[in-house]
Amino acid sequence: MGKTIAEKILSMKSNQDAKAGEIVIADLDFVMGQDGTSPLAIRVFKEMKGKRVFDPDRVAMVIDHSAPSPVEGVSALHKQMREFAQDQKIHFYDIGDGVCHQLLPEMGHVVPGHLVIGADSHTCTYGAINVFSTGVGSTDLAAGMISGKLWFKVPESIRLVLNGKLATGVYAKDLIIFLAGEITADGATYKAIEFVGEVIDTLSVDARFTICNMAVELGAKCGLMEADQKTESWVKQHSPLNFQPVFADHDADYAVIREYDLSNLEPQIALPHTVDNVSPISKVVGTNIDQGVIGTCTNGRLEDLRIAAEILKGKKIAANTRLIVAPASRAIFIAAVREGLIEALVEAGAAVVTPGCGPCVGTHNGVPADGENVISTANRNFKGRMGNNKASIFLASPATVAASMLRGSITDPREITG
Amino acid sequence: MEFKGKAHKFGDDINTDYIISGRYKFKTLDMRELARHLMEDLDPDFYAKINKGDFIVAGKNFGCGSSREQAPLAIINADISAVIAKSFAGIFYRNAINTGLPLVECDTDLIEPGDQLEVSLSEGLLHIRSRDLQIPLTPLPAVMLKILADGGLVEHFKKYGTFNFD
Repeated sequence: MGKTIAEKILSMKSNQDAKAGEIVIADLDFVMGQDGTSPLAIRVFKEMKGKRVFDPDRVAMVIDHSAPSPVEGVSALHKQMREFAQDQKIHFYDIGDGVCHQLLPEMGHVVPGHLVIGADSHTCTYGAINVFSTGVGSTDLAAGMISGKLWFKVPESIRLVLNGKLATGVYAKDLIIFLAGEITADGATYKAIEFVGEVIDTLSVDARFTICNMAVELGAKCGLMEADQKTESWVKQHSPLNFQPVFADHDADYAVIREYDLSNLEPQIALPHTVDNVSPISKVVGTNIDQGVIGTCTNGRLEDLRIAAEILKGKKIAANTRLIVAPASRAIFIAAVREGLIEALVEAGAAVVTPGCGPCVGTHNGVPADGENVISTANRNFKGRMGNNKASIFLASPATVAASMLRGSITDPREITG
Repeated sequence: MEFKGKAHKFGDDINTDYIISGRYKFKTLDMRELARHLMEDLDPDFYAKINKGDFIVAGKNFGCGSSREQAPLAIINADISAVIAKSFAGIFYRNAINTGLPLVECDTDLIEPGDQLEVSLSEGLLHIRSRDLQIPLTPLPAVMLKILADGGLVEHFKKYGTFNFD
């Protein structure tokens, strides 16, 4: 019997013939923490009697969740991170550098075939470039920083075969929201998902990140794609590291294989207050919107800003609405400035905030008021997620958010010409 | 490990934002302070209702969402002895065991709010005392029992300096 991508990567990294269900202790290629999880990991590192990290070149800390610091308490935690990073000589990304999940691939730290942990649930993002990456907590992060290893239960895999061609106005985000509705929030718990098929083949690497980013919203330990020509050239542009892509065997054993034809998919919306509460846009068009958000580790990439700018260029967002834009990294911000995308968005009425998590995690940068509706390109719409449990969050593609801002209500982007 | 206490019941898909909101968790590492806000968005008075040793009881997919370890730590620091649920999200599962919070996986439909419960991890049984019902537990994987028995992953590392499951 052959092996899935997850079984192959964990076999290589643990030096044993690992199959689903087995426990392995595996070598980590890269370890990351952000400002919501690193301060606790630093405390645990000391409690565990950690002296030096296993390899400073394989550890990064990123300040992205509350960047720049909105209150004194956060400032003190940020200071601890800066001091630890300096002392340990690890990679450190400060305010304005961007979201951790954009930075790790963009700065070339992670490449196909790697095994990566990050103390942030959306660490599964790098599966889009064939990396087994998964979110952990602060204690696992500390253990990983000390030993360069972590124990894993080798996950079973679900293979999702995505056939057809996405229609104009329908994007990777619509696809993964649709799949969240199909698989549900715990449908892939303890499992890996392999995304394959014609639809994936035609998507850019930026769009593939959007899909794998949300694998955890289906409960998955990681979401994986095979590397193709696009992946290889993207990775070579960003990283000097050598890499060996990992492919699933044809006779690999899957928990479930599901096929979808997505040619007739319409834009999708995740309704409040769970990601798997999914509706096609046609059923919710016209719902009032107070605030829009374009950005986050799901949809703050250059391609996303291009799509939004194309819809909003030369127009104004509706009265009584506001739009917050957070580019996913400094490099994306600069590129968007040079292309004139930021100019188009700001002229249309957007407020651009520091590259980072923006208002997604409820710490700053746009907490909604009681009773307000937010439409966001983020990955979570839990009650209270954006800092107010009496607000409602709708999740959608950058095109749908941009189109909805023009009317102040949920709008099908296919009705708006660029 | 044996535990006794009262059941506080919640539904399915209790995510880490509900357990401890992002409004608080980024600001401090004082877990006793965070514990005061446990489940606040679902029940503003929840913390005041807890007696030492009580249980949080829930449906499926408890702890879904973020990787914040503040979630199990806030539960521990609110003096909850264990969480009992039909199933747990993967990251929360690891974080809870790593920080020494026992998790009990079983069918929770029969448990009513306010029930007095006894849990025996060694016997693999949950006993609803008020109605004399017994529910079998899904056993924890051996690796996790080992970490829990050591008192969490910090103690495990202090003892061995790395992972040691032999």
